[in-house]
Formats: sequence, structure tokens, C-alpha cells
Amino acid sequence: MSDDGNAPVLQARGLHRHYGHGDGLVRAVDGVDLDVAPGETVAVMGPSGCGKTTLLHLLGGLDRPSSGEVSLAGHRLDRQGERALARTRRNDVGFVFQAFHLMEELTAVENVELPGLLGGHPRRAAREQAVLLLDRVGLADRAGFLPAQLSGGQRQRVAIARALANEPLVVLADEPTGNLDSAATLDVLRLFDSLHEAGQTLVVVTHDARIAATADRMIAMRDGAFVDETRLTGGTTGRLGVLAGLED
Amino acid sequence: MGRGMLALRLAARDVRRRPVESALLLVAIMASTTTLTLGLVLNGVARDPYQATREATAGPDVVGAVSPDSFEGRPADPAGLEALAQAPGVVDQSGPYPVTGAVLEADGQLATAEVEGRDAASAGVDRPELTQGRWLDGGGAVVEAAFADALGLRAGDSITLNNRAFPVVGLAVSAAAPPYPSMAPAGTAENPLQYCPLPAPSPCDEALAGGGFSPELDTALRRVDAEHPGRVWLTQADARSLARDPASLNYVVHLRLADPAAAHTFVDRHLPPGGPDGAVVPGTVDAPALRSWQQIGDEVEDLLRNEQEALLVGSRLLGLLAVASIAVLVGGRMAEQTRRVGLLKAVGGSPGLVAAVLLAEYVLVALLAAATGLAAGWLAAPLLADPGVGLLGGSGTPSLTVSTVATVVAVAIGVAVAATAVPAVRAARTSTVAALADSPRAPRRSARLIAVSARLPVPLLLGVRVAGRRPRRVALAVLSVAITVTGIVAALATEAQVGEDRGSAIAGDRLDRALVVITMTLVALAAVNAIFITWASALDTRRSSAVTRALGATPHQVSAGLSAAQVAPALAGAALGIPGGIALVSVLDDAAVLPPLWQLLAVLPVTALAVAGLAGIPAHLGARRSAAETLQAEHA
Repeated sequence: MSDDGNAPVLQARGLHRHYGHGDGLVRAVDGVDLDVAPGETVAVMGPSGCGKTTLLHLLGGLDRPSSGEVSLAGHRLDRQGERALARTRRNDVGFVFQAFHLMEELTAVENVELPGLLGGHPRRAAREQAVLLLDRVGLADRAGFLPAQLSGGQRQRVAIARALANEPLVVLADEPTGNLDSAATLDVLRLFDSLHEAGQTLVVVTHDARIAATADRMIAMRDGAFVDETRLTGGTTGRLGVLAGLED
Repeated sequence: MGRGMLALRLAARDVRRRPVESALLLVAIMASTTTLTLGLVLNGVARDPYQATREATAGPDVVGAVSPDSFEGRPADPAGLEALAQAPGVVDQSGPYPVTGAVLEADGQLATAEVEGRDAASAGVDRPELTQGRWLDGGGAVVEAAFADALGLRAGDSITLNNRAFPVVGLAVSAAAPPYPSMAPAGTAENPLQYCPLPAPSPCDEALAGGGFSPELDTALRRVDAEHPGRVWLTQADARSLARDPASLNYVVHLRLADPAAAHTFVDRHLPPGGPDGAVVPGTVDAPALRSWQQIGDEVEDLLRNEQEALLVGSRLLGLLAVASIAVLVGGRMAEQTRRVGLLKAVGGSPGLVAAVLLAEYVLVALLAAATGLAAGWLAAPLLADPGVGLLGGSGTPSLTVSTVATVVAVAIGVAVAATAVPAVRAARTSTVAALADSPRAPRRSARLIAVSARLPVPLLLGVRVAGRRPRRVALAVLSVAITVTGIVAALATEAQVGEDRGSAIAGDRLDRALVVITMTLVALAAVNAIFITWASALDTRRSSAVTRALGATPHQVSAGLSAAQVAPALAGAALGIPGGIALVSVLDDAAVLPPLWQLLAVLPVTALAVAGLAGIPAHLGARRSAAETLQAEHA
């Protein structure tokens, strides 16, 4: 599906995720094929309950498919054991959640350094990287603040900094602006845009068409399956706010 | 429907909805109430077996004894005992009978026998009750039942006494002296007879000739366990023939008084005045040593008093542990009940109703636990009150008094309310919106712990941070282990003491039984606590654990972290429990014996390993929970 000639960094083939059996069978993801090129920003859009989050968890190795294949940088995630999957999430994937999921008892910088510590990096190196990332997301002056002392937008920027901590191949964002007001949403979109400019591969799932419109490619999803795909240019125009309907 | 009834119905439904947790809660409180019931119902039954034996054997009200003065070569004179039997207040007597010591050998085992010569005809006072075989009418030996039990003897077996063979014609119990192994050795305040059990020639010869107590004599007496003599009845002729010489015989007389309750007064009146000049010493050739039945009864009662004390102390420790157990259970359960609290409040339940529902749930279980504990303790009491083979007639099933029932019920409810009040009030005060959103309580932050943990391997990093989030839960874990280790160390110390007093087959076995009951219950409750503290932590940290896994931690690292979070408090608890146990036994007994050092040192690693193993189960189950499902549930 990618036409830029690069080998896809993230690939799914015939991906299914079912829950329950018989009459209670739920097809959360139902036969999805996807290729994401390096540096590409893909938005998956659809209503609540269409399977977007489940898809994201499958792509990131947080959940296992009922059938089908998921590959990241050529490695089959669906064949990996728990330990290898954990290593993949640690080194190659960064997650951003709608509810931020920051550790309440950790300061912003402690949250951002956590992936580095889990990856076995020395504390000093993990801390230096965290400070750099907080500076990159514009929160250097909030490094010592607890999540409860930050606004929603600031918390999401901390979460994005945390997702970048181990320089992942792909960042998977689940409704990253779902809990934010317009100003904070614009901040996050600009941050994603800067990541895009830097060549970071991004997969964003959202039910908000305006957010999806800022991507390179928008895929519509319904009842667990992809139903439409649109190639966009908005993500490179620099007029994110206008495009997303957040600015005049 | 009244609010009280509504609270009760809601509480009863929730108890039914969570049968496993309710059952564990029941077990936790029941452990405490059962032990408390045992301690309370055993109070006062200690003397009953001795009384039963006294009645069945026409036990003496006073026992008098005279002994020879071996240094001056003066034999004991039974005339003093005859004169005593004529004293006002004495209504019946048996004796004087000759008594000597002898070495008993049975199937290769050596023991010290206190041999009393008796008539073939049955006596009016102190008529040993046969539990096997027959009396001395055809010669032979009748052995005290507890002594025979320890030696594995039965009627029909053979023994030797100072190398002379005797058939064992019967086994019997008597109330004239405490049963084996409680009877004191010869030459003590409790047993004023003077004899050396070793036949001539032996190290006794030199001692009796004024040579003093030699190491050889000490070794020889240890071989025959002279510290714990047992009683053997022979015919008078046989008993006299076993003595080193006729002048070495002691004599005893058994007296019945018109007023048995006045036995103490009789003894005081007839003990000759001792003075600084030491002119007359009780128990010598000149003056009989006297012992009342109450004094003998007190020594017998000591057997039961130790285990009763152990049970009462154990029940207090278990009560404390039960508070910790319930606090842990309630804390863990409250984490799951947040949404239910929100629903109750959303449909109009006042904070008071919410608190009442939560409290009622635990009070219902506590009442059931009190009833079950009372029944279990009452039914188990006869097992511990069993007097053993040395005395007759058990105390039967001890009676439950109103005060025992009231105490046990009050303790059960008190324990439940003490553990539930804080979380119930906290839940009642939670905002309805926050409760409906199932928002977890904000964790505590310890900057120092977080900084220190950043330098640790991943499982320890996670463990320290999990522990640091909930300091109160850590305190409960420390308390739980500290109480358990206190009980274990106290049990080890008591075991060491019993071991020092060995020979103590009855006292040791009975106390051992009580200690095993308490220790096993303490360990079982502590195990439940360790599992539930870990499970509560797993529930409490389910979101942060899921996020940690999303960031790359393996399930093994997460479960190892949860286990590690329990091991550090367990080590702290064990470190507190060791001095706690030593302090407890020191308070209970001035002459307490400490357990061997290796046992005390082993407590720490064994505790750590046990807690790690127990915590591993819920930690593993918690870590198996799908991180994706947990994170998705947060959107719901």
C-alpha cells in the first residue's frame, strides 16, 4: 500500500482478533492488511468500538492476533514469545495513550526516563535522554512536576516524550488528543508534525476526522475492517491548525 | 424497608457474590476465635484431672515422709510418722511404708524408680487405681502408668530393679505424688526423700560416705535419669530387700483428715520450727516432711498451665494477625468495590449507608466466625485437656460460660470493625464521580525510594516502587510477619525449654501439641496475608503494571517485582519478630531458654523464601492479566 518504494517498517497481513465464541463472537479486528513505510504518518479513523485500539495493540505487540501476521522491521511479532515481544516494545515501539497513563507518583522526567531504565540503560544516561526529550516537547521547565500538577496537554506531551525515549522505529498513538482541549490538541499535532519532519514513523488512531486529515494517509475502519483509504498531503503543508479546523 | 435491613441485605448479597474472599475472611477471624476459645475454656479445668484421680484412688490429704541421715549413719525412724497419724484431725492413714530408690531396666532402657513397699491388701488411703493387670497379692511389681507408658511397658512384661528381675503384674495411677515425669528428684523441697538409686558398689558409696558429689556420680545419675524418677510398688519385703542397707530406707505415711480443705493448716501446724540454729530440719530422722494435697495438685496443674498460657498468648498474637489479615483483605476488596460504592451513592445512598453496608458485611462474617470459633475451640479443648495416662478421667468437654461467649464475640466483632472502619469511612467519603470512574487512590510518592530504585535491576526497581506506593500496606505486611515470627520464635524457645527438661514426656507432648496448633495457625494466617497483600498490590498496580509492560517490561519482571515488594517488608518483619519472640518468652518466664542461634539465624532466609514463594502465586496470576485489556478497560 505504500508507494514510496521503501520496504514497509510495519506490516500486517490477514490480521484477525476475535473475542468470545459462538453467538457471542466479537470480531474486533477482521482481516486487516496494512503496510506502513518508514517516516510515514498513517491515521486510522473510525467510530468508537470499530477495533482501532485493538489494531494498535496488535501492531505494537501488546496483544496477540487470533490469526494473521504482524511484522515490524521484517520480524514477525505474531511468532514471538512474551520475552521477545517485551524487547520489541522496549526498543522498537513507542505507545501514546488517550488517558496518558503516566505514573502518578513519578515526576515528568522520571516518567520519561522509565523506558530507558527498563531497557537496562544506566540511570545517568536515561536521565540525560529524558531531559533532552522533555526539552524537545517544550517541557524542560516542568521536568520536576508530578502529572497531577500538569495540564492535560502537558501530560500528553510528557507521554509522547516517554514514547520517544528509546528512539523507537514506530510510534503508535491511540486517540492522543481525545482528552484534550483545542489548544492542547494543536500542540500535540504540532509535536507529531515535528516528529514527522524528523522522519519518525507514526500510526495514529482517532475517531476525529480533523485529526486524521493531518496524516499522510487516512484509513477508515468499520466493524474491524478497513473500508476506505485516502492519501493526503495535509501533514506536509505546515498549516495543521487550519487543516484540523483548530485555527482560522 | 429500613436502612438497617437494606444495609444487611446488600452486605449479605456481597458476601454471597464473593464466596472465596468471604471464606478466607471467615478463616482469618475463626483462627483467632478458636484459639481464644481454647485458652478461655481450658482456664480452670487444669485441676480437674488431679481431683478425679484423688477421688478414684482415695488420695491422701497429707503425705508425711522421714529420711535417714546417711552422714551420721542414723536410720529414719517411722515412729515420728506413727505419732503424726495420731494427731488431732487425722481420721485415717496408710503406712508407714518403706521407700527406696533403684535402677530400673526395661528392654535396655535405664530409669530411676522410687520403690514403695506396700501391703497386698488394699489400703484405706492412697489406693492406687489399676489401669492394667492386678495388685501385689502374688508379688511382682506394679508400675506407675505414665512411667510405664514412657518405657513402653505393659502388664506381663519383665523389668529388673537393681539387677533383680520382677514381673510387671499391673499398671496404676496414684494421687500421692505428681505423675511421671513431674515428680521431683529425691532430695529436693518437692521430694524430701533421701536415696541413691544406684546399687552398691557404685559412685554413690563414696558420696554416702561423705565424699561429696563427684563427676562420676553425676554421670551415673544422668545415665539413669535421676532427675525424673517414676514410681514402682513392690511388696514391703521386696522393697526392703532392694535397699543398699536397712538403714537407708525412707518411710512415708498417707493421711486422711477430717477437713481436707485444712490440709495446709495441718501441715503448717506439724512442721517443726526451723531456726537459724538449724536444730531441726523437716524430712530428717527427727521430723517428718509434710506435703498437702493442694501442693501436689499445684505441681500437676503446672503441666496444664503452660499450655493454657501458650494458648492465651497465641490467641492474642492470632488476634493481632487477624486484624492485619482483615485489613489486607478489606483493603484489597475496597480497591475492587470502588465502583460499587459509586453506584450506591449515585442511586442516593448516603455516606453513612455506604459505610454501614461495608461494615455490616464484615460484621456478618465476624459473627459467623465467632460462632464457628466457639464451636471448634469447645470441641478441641478436650484434646488439649486430656490428662494423659498419668492421671485418671479427663475433664470431659469443658463448659462454655456466658463470659467466654461474650469475650469471643466481642473480639471477633472488634477485630472486624478495627480493620474495616478506616477503609469503610474512606470509601464513604469518596466522591461519587471518582468512584463511578473507578479512579484508583493516588499512590504515595517517595522521592528517595524512586531515586534509589533507578539504580537497581528491573525487578527490584519495580518492587521498590510498588512497595513505595502503599506504605500502609507495607506496614501491614511488616506487622503480619513480625507477629508470626514472634510466635515462631516463642514456640522455638518453648521447645528448647521443653527439650532441656526432657524426660518430660507428658508435659513436652501436651505443650508441643498446643505449640503446634498455635504455630501452624500463625503460619497459615501469615501465608494468607502474604498472598492477599500481593494480590491487593497486583490489583492496585494493574494499570501501572500494564503501562510498564507496554513500555517493555516482561511479565516475569512485573511478577518478580510484585514478589520483591513483599520480601523486603517480610525481612523487616522477621528482623522485628526475632527480638519480639525473645522478649515475649522472657516476659512469660524469667528462666526462659533461648532457641539455638542457628534457628534464630535461619528464621530470616526461611521467611524471605517462604514469602517470595507465596507472593509468587498471586504475582504470577496478576502479571498474566492482559496488558492490552487493562489499558483498554481504562477507556471504558
